[in-house]
Amino acid sequence: MSVDTATVAKIAALARIKLGEDELEAMVPELNGILAWVEQLGEVDVTGVEPMTAVIPNTLRLRDDVIDADPLTGGNKRDAVLSNAPAAEHGFFGVPKVIE
Amino acid sequence: MSNYRIQGATGEWEVVIGLEVHAQVTSQSKLFSGSATAFGAEPNSQVSLVDAAMPGMLPVPNRECIRQAVRTGMAIDAQINKWSRFDRKNYFYADLPQGYQISQLYHPLVGEGRIEIVLDDKDPEGSTKTIGIERIHVEQDAGKLMHDQHPTMSYVDLNRSGVALMEIVSRPDMRSPAEAGAYVSKLRSILRYVGSCDGNMDQGSMRCDVNVSVRRPGEPFGTRTETKNVNSVRFVMQTIEHEASRQVDVIEGGGTVVQETRLFDPGTGTTRSMRSKEDAHDYRYFPDPDLLPLELDDAFLEDCRNSLPELPDAKRHRYENELGLSAYNAGVLTADVDTARWFELLLAQTASKAGKQPAEVAKQAANWLTSELFGALNKLGVSLEESPITPEKGGELLALVADGTISGSIAKQVLEKMLETGDTAGAIVEREGLKQTSDTGAIEAAVDKVLADNADKVEQYKGGKQALFGFFVGQTMKAMQGKANPQVVNELLKQKLG
Amino acid sequence: MTDLTDLGVAAIRDGVAAGDFTALEVAEAFNANIAAAQGALNAFIVATPEKAIEAARAIDARRAKGEPLGKMGGVPIGMKDLFATKGVQTTAASHMLEGFVPEYESTVSQKLWDAGCGMLGKLNLDQFAMGSSNETSYFGNVINPWKRNDGGNASLAPGGSSGGSSSAVSARLCPAATGTDTGGSIRQPAAFTGITGIKPTYGRCSRWGIVAFASSLDQAGPMARDVTDCAIMLEAMAGFDPKDSTSLDMPVPEWEANLSGDLAGKKVGIPREYRMDGMNPDIAKSWDQGAEWLRDAGAEVIDISLPHTKYALPAYYIVAPAEASSNLARYDGVRYGLRDLPDGAGLQDMYAATRAAGFGPEVKRRILIGTYVLSAGFYDAYYTQAQKVRTLIALDFRNAFTECDVILAPTAPSAAFALGEKTDDPLSMYLNDVFAVPASLAGLPAMSVPAGLDSAGLPLGLQLIGNMFDEQGVLNAGLAIEQRAGFTAKPEKWW
Ligand SMILES: [Mg+2]
Ligand SMILES: [Zn+2]
Repeated sequence: MSVDTATVAKIAALARIKLGEDELEAMVPELNGILAWVEQLGEVDVTGVEPMTAVIPNTLRLRDDVIDADPLTGGNKRDAVLSNAPAAEHGFFGVPKVIE
Repeated sequence: MSNYRIQGATGEWEVVIGLEVHAQVTSQSKLFSGSATAFGAEPNSQVSLVDAAMPGMLPVPNRECIRQAVRTGMAIDAQINKWSRFDRKNYFYADLPQGYQISQLYHPLVGEGRIEIVLDDKDPEGSTKTIGIERIHVEQDAGKLMHDQHPTMSYVDLNRSGVALMEIVSRPDMRSPAEAGAYVSKLRSILRYVGSCDGNMDQGSMRCDVNVSVRRPGEPFGTRTETKNVNSVRFVMQTIEHEASRQVDVIEGGGTVVQETRLFDPGTGTTRSMRSKEDAHDYRYFPDPDLLPLELDDAFLEDCRNSLPELPDAKRHRYENELGLSAYNAGVLTADVDTARWFELLLAQTASKAGKQPAEVAKQAANWLTSELFGALNKLGVSLEESPITPEKGGELLALVADGTISGSIAKQVLEKMLETGDTAGAIVEREGLKQTSDTGAIEAAVDKVLADNADKVEQYKGGKQALFGFFVGQTMKAMQGKANPQVVNELLKQKLG
Repeated sequence: MTDLTDLGVAAIRDGVAAGDFTALEVAEAFNANIAAAQGALNAFIVATPEKAIEAARAIDARRAKGEPLGKMGGVPIGMKDLFATKGVQTTAASHMLEGFVPEYESTVSQKLWDAGCGMLGKLNLDQFAMGSSNETSYFGNVINPWKRNDGGNASLAPGGSSGGSSSAVSARLCPAATGTDTGGSIRQPAAFTGITGIKPTYGRCSRWGIVAFASSLDQAGPMARDVTDCAIMLEAMAGFDPKDSTSLDMPVPEWEANLSGDLAGKKVGIPREYRMDGMNPDIAKSWDQGAEWLRDAGAEVIDISLPHTKYALPAYYIVAPAEASSNLARYDGVRYGLRDLPDGAGLQDMYAATRAAGFGPEVKRRILIGTYVLSAGFYDAYYTQAQKVRTLIALDFRNAFTECDVILAPTAPSAAFALGEKTDDPLSMYLNDVFAVPASLAGLPAMSVPAGLDSAGLPLGLQLIGNMFDEQGVLNAGLAIEQRAGFTAKPEKWW
């Protein structure tokens, strides 16, 4: 599969990365080079092979339903949550107005 | 049930409806973090570093959320998948801090299930329809955007971000607004019985995505639209009505229905296209590499199953078969778990205070609750939950009727006094001297007077107009100010009228 | 008097404990080296001399009171700037996170402070750990302290992504540093700078608080001067963390206490598929030498096959960018980090502008690749296929470990290359990780130990790959090589 400029533009839009014309044009052959190379995977016979789901055989551990059991993963820390915000407004994160 | 048709200019149309219901899982803390889930907190106060998607933060799932989803699946007779996985649904929006929602696409926790609905709740034994449930998966809720606080900015509150939701996806099995309404009501009832969701639709604990398409009866499905986040049963029905006729208009006008996301406007009862979601969607789902496969063992499933309560259909059947209630009463009393719980407390109190078996007083309790108390509370404009009459107080009143201390009509007065004063039934009966009398002498005097005063009616009765018996009973009771034992009145009247 | 900055982890720990010198003296010595080298090597994004001093004073005070000093008491270290450090800027070497000051400490860094370490500073790296040469950092290249012996003065790459860590440890700016390894990012820079580094089994070290690149591959590990120092530091870093769902719930073995270079009864596998066409002769020679050393240590060396080796790198370059494209979606200018809000821009324009300004070219390239391979219609052909191949690669290793105890391979296909040598062609850069990536895909412990110098006078590394959970086997084989390689060379100080 190879990508053209329009496809790269579409992908960039999906990834929310604004690309200038030049960047876009330069990206096309680079991505095609990488894609052509990864496509050798198609040679591998994967009949009956499950895609990897856990790198090391292990299953999901579930935690108890306790509020703020660990302060590192609990709430009640509005100042910490907002401390790096580009636009913190009255306890909210501010973003350009959205029309729904 | 399925003969709902839209009359278009070119003929009849059938509407096809599928619902995706997002139900907030009842839990103390969020699906993947320890912050609280309570409604109405200060903005961004219930947000952890995990919920705000700070760099390097990781999700750890809450056992209770998984348990509640499994129990819900069991309650709708669904397949529970012992092996499931979480996937990421990738998209950009200000209410989605991670840039993806952790959800389940490929291997949901709960598979195929079903819900039985009745269209006419006056006739729960009437025709029923089974609505297929395709799946239930567990996922994160998003945060909330506020648009009216600032002229050029929207504000983001992440308190809801990461709260656990069950997405309950129906098959496109519904064919009318009423069926969809019945489905949502029934689903809500089940969730509340199970305790996996509080069902508070006005607080957003249950939201419906309504998928609607129209077709000529018998033809293949048409193109559907999805109207998002409709938050009441009535609005779901309005959405369908509006959307179906809009689609018919589009098609009959020579246009084609566009597959799109729409928004319901409760003010006008109409739907409109959601511009912000118009983007061609490509969610790039893939298994969340921060989470391992979720494997449930038999002990966990057993525990879920054992903790399931009696569900509304089973309860309704039991009320009919074991308590001898009418289908209608059984339906009313079991529709909501709180009503059923209240009724069962009332029944237990009545039976124990009257020294009788529950089945002996069940009809009386059911009738009193559904007509007397509901009527009184309705007038006061309060819910059963806020009722000043507790099941214990109600049981005391009903026991007084059951053991013959007061008559049914006196009980009505006593209830009014209880609501007025907050006193117990016993105290009121005592104070006001409302005890029913079985004093044969007094009753006999009253009967004699009634018969004498109504000689013409006595003639008619004797001439075959049997229906007048009730009249004499009523007049006697009236003369006795309702305190006469109706059995004694009956016997005496029968004697005297021959 | 010995130069304290020539000492490694064990020597500093033991010297401080014995009172041969104070932790403060050690911290000050390294602080001075860092200040002197920063302009030339650019190994640190931020130096934190005051943090190192503060921690050292605390250790000295504890020693004065006779209190235990911890596994690494008095050892100052460098922290790769991918680990969140509370109150200290954490950037992942990106413009996106420039100025981001976390309100939290990563689990691994916290464990190190708890073990008695002090922080010398935040080390430079490839932006978001994406790169093999440290040339993608927003804060400039890190320079390898080594020079070729060809009389030229070319600046060499320290490897990547943990290039700040490798350069700093090699140049005696710190006795040890943290690294993270997604597809070779500890091992390849260790090899390029003549130091030792181990990536443990996936799940040994908590990922909580480490800026994520590719979640199913990322693993933290130590980078230090020798095998013993790595064993000590890995013990301090590893351990179950309930905040990381992929964390291994297993006790941390006593790797240091169980170190042994005696490999009697052990079998070492030489994977034939790693001997690729056109292999650099210096690398081939060093590999043969390594096998000889292990034989000398008592091991039996056998030929093994890892048939899907060839496909590891392409599988990696689907899986890692796919995960990265999603992991990096959170950098959107809303809650922290850079926000680029052009005049009149709406929310989605703000995202696109912010991400265009905040990410460097390599990060963008990988996000685009990742977005593409996950997009509708391509997911199965790329991502699912890659994850199936990954299963086969893991199976190759599982089969191999029924025949041998540890695998010996080169760490990288060449010694350190010059800056700019591979930046024009992303693929040629990717190929640098050809020997490192298979173990990453299988989540296996793997380390690089210095094995000597090549014809240009540059260090070469040998890689040891172990079965899951068998860090001890890897460390012991590494020790056996270290004891025989007698690698004492260090870069001549030119800065
Ligand atoms: Mg939906
Ligand atoms: Zn959903």
